[in-house]
Amino acid sequence: MSGAATPAPPPPVTARPSNPFSVEAAKNYWQNIRSGDLGPLPIILGLILIALIFQSLNENFLTSRNLLNLVVQMAGITTIAIGVVFVLLLGEIDLSISYTSAVSAVLMTELLLDDFPWWAAIGIALIAAAGIGLVIGVIVTKFKVPSFVVTLAGFLGLNGVVLLLIGSGGTVVIQDDVVIGIANEFLADVWGWVIAVVGVGAYAISQILLHRRRKAAGVSHKAPLLIGLQVVGLAALAAITVSLFNDDRGFPVVGLIVLVLLIALTWVADRTTFGRHVYAVGGNEEAARRAGINTDMIKIKVFMLSSALAGAGGIILASRLRSVDTAAGGGSLLLLSIAAAVIGGTSLFGGRGRVIHAFYGALIIVGVENGMGLLGLSAGVRFVVTALVLLAAVVVDALSRRGRMISGRA
Amino acid sequence: MPVNTGDETVSKQENSNILELKGASKRFGAVQALWNVDFAVRTGEVMALVGDNGAGKSTLIKGVAGIYSLDAGEVFFEGEKVSINGPRDAAELGIEVVYQDLALADNLDVVANMFLGRERVRTPFRLDEASMERAANETLASLSVTSLRSVRQNVAGLSGGQRQAVAVAKAVMWNSRVVILDEPTAALGVAQTRQVLDLVRRLAEQGLGVVVISHNLHDIFEVADRITVLRLGQRVAEYKVAETTQQEIVRAITAGDLQTVPGLEVEV
Repeated sequence: MSGAATPAPPPPVTARPSNPFSVEAAKNYWQNIRSGDLGPLPIILGLILIALIFQSLNENFLTSRNLLNLVVQMAGITTIAIGVVFVLLLGEIDLSISYTSAVSAVLMTELLLDDFPWWAAIGIALIAAAGIGLVIGVIVTKFKVPSFVVTLAGFLGLNGVVLLLIGSGGTVVIQDDVVIGIANEFLADVWGWVIAVVGVGAYAISQILLHRRRKAAGVSHKAPLLIGLQVVGLAALAAITVSLFNDDRGFPVVGLIVLVLLIALTWVADRTTFGRHVYAVGGNEEAARRAGINTDMIKIKVFMLSSALAGAGGIILASRLRSVDTAAGGGSLLLLSIAAAVIGGTSLFGGRGRVIHAFYGALIIVGVENGMGLLGLSAGVRFVVTALVLLAAVVVDALSRRGRMISGRA
Repeated sequence: MPVNTGDETVSKQENSNILELKGASKRFGAVQALWNVDFAVRTGEVMALVGDNGAGKSTLIKGVAGIYSLDAGEVFFEGEKVSINGPRDAAELGIEVVYQDLALADNLDVVANMFLGRERVRTPFRLDEASMERAANETLASLSVTSLRSVRQNVAGLSGGQRQAVAVAKAVMWNSRVVILDEPTAALGVAQTRQVLDLVRRLAEQGLGVVVISHNLHDIFEVADRITVLRLGQRVAEYKVAETTQQEIVRAITAGDLQTVPGLEVEV
């Protein structure tokens, strides 16, 4: 440490475990909510509301069969939305993700037709998607063109590329069993339980190690009781989910893929220097530059990451349909993916949001779609309702931002 | 880093220039921003840099920080001639600048801001939060910054004085020897100005060389040991605070004797 810190008196915050059950903690929590730091609270309330409404209108909504369908339906959008969160954290936007996902899916399908093995086809398709992100990132950073305009061009251009790749056929059917299996295979019951045990166990161990390390370093740490409750809570959630899945077809392969992506990329955003620098660039680019961070390189990497994730999402969507056609990447895919990230609480102005919350956002968006599908509502009604959900989410975000401004936390 | 361990060390330090500029000049096109300026900072001392707008204060600081390269002049650090060719060189010598806009990321917490760009890692890429939080706590405690509720709160929620304190703590974390503060009290109220001035004083007491740029003579007389007055890119005078008055400083700022008439300088 620096010499300036040599005659260090005891640090102001000592190894005092924060007691989450104290009156003080409750006050702090209430203070945070009042000052606009809502956390995932509105999302959870929204999910409960959606579940209650659709279950009361159609009793099939909360069945294990429909919930499993929901997971498979939301897998593609969730994957794309993870990438969107990264781009939004920078304060940038990527409008080309939907057609990047389509280009990736079509490319994979064409390669399969040319007798490439599945892993090579998927690998090349993902690299191509990352390459699209590289081009976007370089244009945005080196030529200082706003990402909105660059990716708007990408949106149009890549739509053209999809049409060119598919050609006159209109629809190309996927015949590779592995690729089709991504979104259509379900694991045997025992594997579902293995995933639950491994996942909860890993979480518990990481929390215990973290607790030890922070206690040893003499900095604030969670009370052991809180860790215990969180582990028990997660275990209960995992057990309910797996038994629901096993009631029907079993743990979906695509669910496992999305779960791994969510955890890995949340870790990247929260616990690595790269993630820290992404938040810094989104929060104050000038400060990041003066701190010696290569801000251009961070942006290019993020566009590559989000495009690769869009490619993965496209492959998942194609696997679910077992084919690609000229409509791939069209419709509401782009807007739903961005909406999922925004409903998950990611700010459009950069620097605020969490990757894992993309899951909540996707759950709300696809949950509403799924519920309205069960009710047999027309496309018109569905668009209007989805729009209202998005508006509600953005208004809640704006109100909470105003709360932060008033309390000086903007 | 030398800390005030006894009277002998202190008196020795007071005689040593930690950072010294001799004959610094810088020209921007037709404008001679600095001409033949001598400037020195001693360890354990607060040197104030004053002057009207356009007097060359910022140019001088940016020259020291490696943001501009000086056209002429020599820089000595601890008596040895050094060349500063970029911000990295300055940082390696232990020269840190706290700019007026503070350069903090509002969306990150205090620890993340203090370590921004120089994060500690456990394995490659993997942040070592516990160690960073501890070091941040220690640095803040050594500066007697106790008004923070938690080092894990976002900078956005801090008051102006607290933000300044975080920016200063960020600057002194890195084995700094010289800390340069640009208008540290400009946007602050009375109580917070008090806190920041105390903080500046403590930096000097810990044996750092401190440079403060300010327009507020009241603040300067409270915190500084010496004052260097710049006018139209030239150094017109250096005063000991104990031996001068605000009136004298104002006179020097507005009408101090120049070595040469601007526009007629010898080419350097």
